[in-house]
Amino acid sequence: MTAPIAIIAVLTLAAAVTAMSLRNLVHCALMFMAALAGVAALYLGLGAQFVGFAQVLIYFGAVAILIVFAILLTRGTEPPREPILSKAWITGIAIAVVVFGVLSAMVLSSKALTREPGPTPQLPVHQLGAQLMTKYVLPLEVIGLLLTAALIGAVVIAMHDEEGG
Amino acid sequence: MTPLAAYLLLSALLFAIGLAGALTRRNAIIVLIGIELMLNAANLNFIAFWRFGPNPEALTGVVFVLFSIGVAAAEAAVGLALILSIYRHYRTTNLEQVDSLKG
Repeated sequence: MTAPIAIIAVLTLAAAVTAMSLRNLVHCALMFMAALAGVAALYLGLGAQFVGFAQVLIYFGAVAILIVFAILLTRGTEPPREPILSKAWITGIAIAVVVFGVLSAMVLSSKALTREPGPTPQLPVHQLGAQLMTKYVLPLEVIGLLLTAALIGAVVIAMHDEEGG
Repeated sequence: MTPLAAYLLLSALLFAIGLAGALTRRNAIIVLIGIELMLNAANLNFIAFWRFGPNPEALTGVVFVLFSIGVAAAEAAVGLALILSIYRHYRTTNLEQVDSLKG
């Protein structure tokens, strides 16, 4: 891992921690966007340019804006009077620490990960498109169906109904 | 430590941060943000395995991440719609006050 990648990684983690710990929801959403930008930069560093730009397009263009809209529509900009952490926050932190411990122990003790890395693989977009249209065409169609169903479902759920009808 | 192990540790840490946020915060929107962070950590694992794996020309990891991002977008849309609906009903997004199914 080179120095620029390490700096990006540290910034990503710092942004993620801040996004999870700030009091103001809008600040949380902004730091979440910073963490997403860090992950997109890591994708670029790993040679997956198309995925990095897809991440920027979908997460910045859709998910982050959606989250900001939700914060504004639920009056999340007003700072909360009650504490931001739930009553069982110690249990939650403990579970997260245990999960990280198990994962890192597995990673550090695995013999399969000692392989020396090869050269950065190429990711030609035309090859990716050809694979999406041939080998992965069924998952692609299913994703299209899922997105349509999710959008219709989201509209129906969020539709304003009079008197709980 | 090989680069792959470093990336896996990084994504494990990102996953743990998202998990801690999802388990400890009271606000439903922040819980959703934590879940999105966990999904991103999983995607980072896929890309790292694709980059350092034995045959990257198969493009499996990349395609999987593209589909995963699509599913995450659908999940965010439905999740935020549910939060809006809950807010309209209970006048709060605090998860500790949303404690009955029938309302």
